[in-house]
Amino acid sequence: MKEIVVISGKGGTGKTSLTASFAVLGGEDVIVADCDVDAADMHLLLEPDFEESEDFYSGELAYISQNECIQCGKCFDVCRFNGIDVVNGKYTVNELNCEGCGYCARVCPTEAITNKPLKVGKWYTSNIKTGSIMVHAKLGIGADNSGKLVAKVKNEAKEIAEDEFKDYVIVDGSPGVGCPVVSSLSGAKFVVLVTEPSVSGFHDLKRVYELVKKFNIKTGCIINKFDINKTITQKIELFLAKENIVHISSLPYNEDFTKAMTAGLTIVEYSNNQLKELVINSWNTILESVP
Amino acid sequence: MKIAIASGKGGTGKTTLSTNLAAYLSEHEEVVLCDLDVEEPNSGLFIKGNLVHKQDMYKMIPEWNENDCKLCGNCQKVCNFHAIIQLGPTIMVFPELCHSCYACSELCPTSSLPMVPKKMGELVHYQKDNLSFIESKLVIGEEQAVPLIAQTQKYIDDNFQNNIIKLFDSPPGTSCPVIEATKDADVVILVTEPTPFGLHDLKLAVETMRELNKKIAVVVNRYGIGNDDVIDYCNSEKIPLLAKIPNSRRIAEIYSSGNLIYKELPEVKQQLENIKIFIMNEIEEGAK
Repeated sequence: MKEIVVISGKGGTGKTSLTASFAVLGGEDVIVADCDVDAADMHLLLEPDFEESEDFYSGELAYISQNECIQCGKCFDVCRFNGIDVVNGKYTVNELNCEGCGYCARVCPTEAITNKPLKVGKWYTSNIKTGSIMVHAKLGIGADNSGKLVAKVKNEAKEIAEDEFKDYVIVDGSPGVGCPVVSSLSGAKFVVLVTEPSVSGFHDLKRVYELVKKFNIKTGCIINKFDINKTITQKIELFLAKENIVHISSLPYNEDFTKAMTAGLTIVEYSNNQLKELVINSWNTILESVP
Repeated sequence: MKIAIASGKGGTGKTTLSTNLAAYLSEHEEVVLCDLDVEEPNSGLFIKGNLVHKQDMYKMIPEWNENDCKLCGNCQKVCNFHAIIQLGPTIMVFPELCHSCYACSELCPTSSLPMVPKKMGELVHYQKDNLSFIESKLVIGEEQAVPLIAQTQKYIDDNFQNNIIKLFDSPPGTSCPVIEATKDADVVILVTEPTPFGLHDLKLAVETMRELNKKIAVVVNRYGIGNDDVIDYCNSEKIPLLAKIPNSRRIAEIYSSGNLIYKELPEVKQQLENIKIFIMNEIEEGAK
């Protein structure tokens, strides 16, 4: 079982549209993990049935029992996160600011403070229209610890792939270079970077690749909308060559991607033209490149 | 006046709107633009000015001082983030997991874990006429964006008066970095696109901002592509729709080179004017 992770640094480069297309092309051999838990969109294209779901708890939140509290203010003094509010001499936890470090509970002389496990979201195992299975999640509003939920989704997908003797897990990662992205990279066999030739697309590509390099994972790149700025496309090509990144493909600017999404379809189901061919070739190149 | 520019989905045009709106407003007003998408800050690629100030940003982490350490293991016990572990006769600190709560340091019976600064990012401050631009960038490998976002906002509070218009280009998503970037905002402008992905992520962003009791408004980017579901949603939820930036390949091209689109496209300038009217109204109402 091999794990392919698709990320982009910058949002909106076409990462999810392409990942969903690859899931369709891979069919039953590919287990899908939607690790963009902040803004999970893959379910809009792959028709999951939400067969199983489970709550996900991670981290803690302090709670002050007013009966035991003697208003000594020690919790307030030690908290670095403005997590304790004092209203009319009454000490309460500011749930938005509380980091769940537990320091306040440790210094409370009357044990008035307890740490409660925090429900940060829900994760699902679904049958999808490709004949395979997708693991996906919904992060609670404003929840912390999305990195841990990413790890959960990924590990579940891997277990299913191993149990069912599937060849691949394909992971749709989140934008950025922070904790959810780090979580989605660990253990990957091949990373697909989806970029676009804009100053920001190229800037973010270089930053996210700096992170990928730390993991020492073989990498490929798809340049989406390559024809909106040929000068930057050339610069990206030079960068790929210099860094030994497989140039998987260059795809043209084409509004069919959006039209397909609006119809709830992936591009390989929606269009029958050259674009479909290019996406199929991209998937084949990825399969050939996975070590 | 603090205005956060946010979106659930990435790549909907937050940076395009932030930079163009900031530049347009600064033609007549004093404006601060601050890029809080510290993982992948892009606004600086579109705003050029003179460097006024530059500083490294630090977070505090414990550093083991083995001389007096009795290896009691208390530090490991009190850390909720597994950022500190005892391995035989050694105490190891994992800085990227540390949340800087100080518990291990202050509860250490022998004071063997003093807190020391560790670089987590860099802040730059540029000035161009009426426009001040501030951006922070997270060091690669550093996982937590929140402390850097918080410190960057503090820099803005310390250096600029309350009455100036401040735009905050926020990170995508709905989790902790977005909360940190929007929780002090007077108004949150959500940028979306009229597609199923755009609508789905907009709904998440709206739920999040309502949870925070924020006043919200929407700007639709790439208007004309996709369908009308986003517009219908805004109407039914009574969310003001401030502007519709048209879908056009030309805009993608101008943006790709790092240029401001409103300078070349009058139809975009008109949309920015609509947003400006909204902001000016908000300021007047706030003053009452």
